[in-house]
Amino acid sequence: MTSLPPIPGALRTVVARDGDTIVYVAREHLLDAMTWLKTTPGQDFNYLVDVTAVEYRDRERPLEVVYFLRSLERRADIRIKVELNPADELVVDSVYHLWHGADWLEREVFDMFGITFRGHPDLRRILMWETYAEGYPLRKSFPLRGRFSRAEQVRQALNANPEAHYSMEELSIAEAGGDLPDDMRERLRRGERGVIPEPPAPTP
Amino acid sequence: MSKRTLELELATPGVDAAGRPARVPLTAAAGGEPDLGEEHMLVNMGPQHPATHGVLRLVVELDGETVVRCIPHLGYLHSGFEKLGEYRHYNQIIPLTDRTDYLSPMANNVGFALAAERLMGIEITPRCQVLRVLACEMSRIISHMVWLGTTSIDLGAFTPFLWAFQQREKIYDLQEMWTGARLTTSLTRVGGLLADIPDGFVDRLRDFTKTFPKTLSEIDRVLTRNAVWAGRTQGVGTLTAAEAINQSLSGPMLRASGVPYDLRKDKPYLGYETYDFDVIVGEHGDVFDRYLVRLEECHQSNRILEQALERLPDGPINVDDPRVILPSKTRAMSDMEAMIFHFKQVMEGVRAPVGEAYVGIENPKGELGTYLVSDGTAKPVRWRIRPPSFINLSALPKMAEGHLLSDLIAINASVDIVMGEVDR
Repeated sequence: MTSLPPIPGALRTVVARDGDTIVYVAREHLLDAMTWLKTTPGQDFNYLVDVTAVEYRDRERPLEVVYFLRSLERRADIRIKVELNPADELVVDSVYHLWHGADWLEREVFDMFGITFRGHPDLRRILMWETYAEGYPLRKSFPLRGRFSRAEQVRQALNANPEAHYSMEELSIAEAGGDLPDDMRERLRRGERGVIPEPPAPTP
Repeated sequence: MSKRTLELELATPGVDAAGRPARVPLTAAAGGEPDLGEEHMLVNMGPQHPATHGVLRLVVELDGETVVRCIPHLGYLHSGFEKLGEYRHYNQIIPLTDRTDYLSPMANNVGFALAAERLMGIEITPRCQVLRVLACEMSRIISHMVWLGTTSIDLGAFTPFLWAFQQREKIYDLQEMWTGARLTTSLTRVGGLLADIPDGFVDRLRDFTKTFPKTLSEIDRVLTRNAVWAGRTQGVGTLTAAEAINQSLSGPMLRASGVPYDLRKDKPYLGYETYDFDVIVGEHGDVFDRYLVRLEECHQSNRILEQALERLPDGPINVDDPRVILPSKTRAMSDMEAMIFHFKQVMEGVRAPVGEAYVGIENPKGELGTYLVSDGTAKPVRWRIRPPSFINLSALPKMAEGHLLSDLIAINASVDIVMGEVDR
């Protein structure tokens, strides 16, 4: 353990096996620390390499949100970690307003780990679909085969309403629904997919 | 959305003095053009669209023909590689890396192996280093050739596509010669390689490096000063250096905006600091500069290939550590100790010490980062891929705003995405 760098909210420092410095930062001071690292002359960490999260197999250990920062001028890297207790709410502040590159990276962490980024302008699932109901795939409590049975997964896939996430809020083609045949629109409204309608009873 | 009809007078008014049909502009039959309104139109592009380079879906809000907003939807090719990696030994993950960026599989293999070796503190042999440089630069050439070919098709130039794919095919033949596979190479192992290069490989690769610049100059001749090509790419999708850095872009996308950052120079790995090559930097950050950067990078890759072939040392390709590298089959069948190591490695895998390591390599598409976290077992706790084309693609909405819908095709092509990596 080396002496603490003058980063606001720094808790402790570790050197990783690849030689990079890892600084653990208190969750409530994350934005201060990031702003300080980005704007302080002599630090100039102007490039966000990656944002990800780690959950350990040991359930006692907290989840970590990991930020990889780089100073392009100084050719220096630093790794910032925030620890989150899985029993508490999984919330950290978004760094989107410092680096726009964090946009999709934070969405992916939200999608895969269920960690909420406070202040993110558009925090939606990104790789899984929006109605995905099985949870957060990269959490250790999530089984490799998925949480639902295969039969349930197939049932949900067949019943999925592909028009449902064409909502106006996220810029959709919902209006095309007006051009669909009436019976199809009616079936989509009921959420029926993959169901062949009964043929009308033969008239005697 | 209500339907609008526009009646047009299609009859031609006869022939002109020379006897050719007179050409007149189409005019609306009566009442002039109908009012098309201020209403914005929503267009869905993809996920099955040839110009989205894979299963990418773009929902585009249009004002006339101008893009007001563009929202990408991803995940159609999500395979959960990172989750799968948590259930596999380090060497078993390597086949998964083939399938992320499937246009440069050998470079991905190298990226993963380097991270695993950094985690375990393994120093690879000099011959292995040079062979891996060959693998990385061959990948860069095929990836850039695919990019060039598909992009020129998107913008209406068919011939460069054929030339580019011909060259790519030559590298694929070499890849097949070396690894037995064209696409799913699985070239590296932790601490070494799947196999040494076969007889005749060096000569064939040297022949390739002699003929390849000719194709590049042909492509340069038909595209660079081509008015249509320049008109469709110059000033389109411009990003300044500050924007590119803020968007975390990497690779040719970052360098085309004028940021001279190349991991091969700035965080060297595999001894790249000892090769003589230039970092290609653009000036305007538009689609045209990205094209120039990639084209010139092919020349630089060719230079590196020549130098690597020149210096290729003799010696083993694998480290001499029976805990990491499988013993030869002959030894495993005749020597008790070798058999035990063989058994332990196959059944239990290679153990990594507790800790974590991140290695970024300069892939054709940008910085491919591999972040491995280990808890001391043979399977990683976390295997994170920093996907360059995913992060480069996130700048697409910003680049496309205010451009025509047809320019969106050029801008999207210039990002050089591969959906296997974007969705992982």
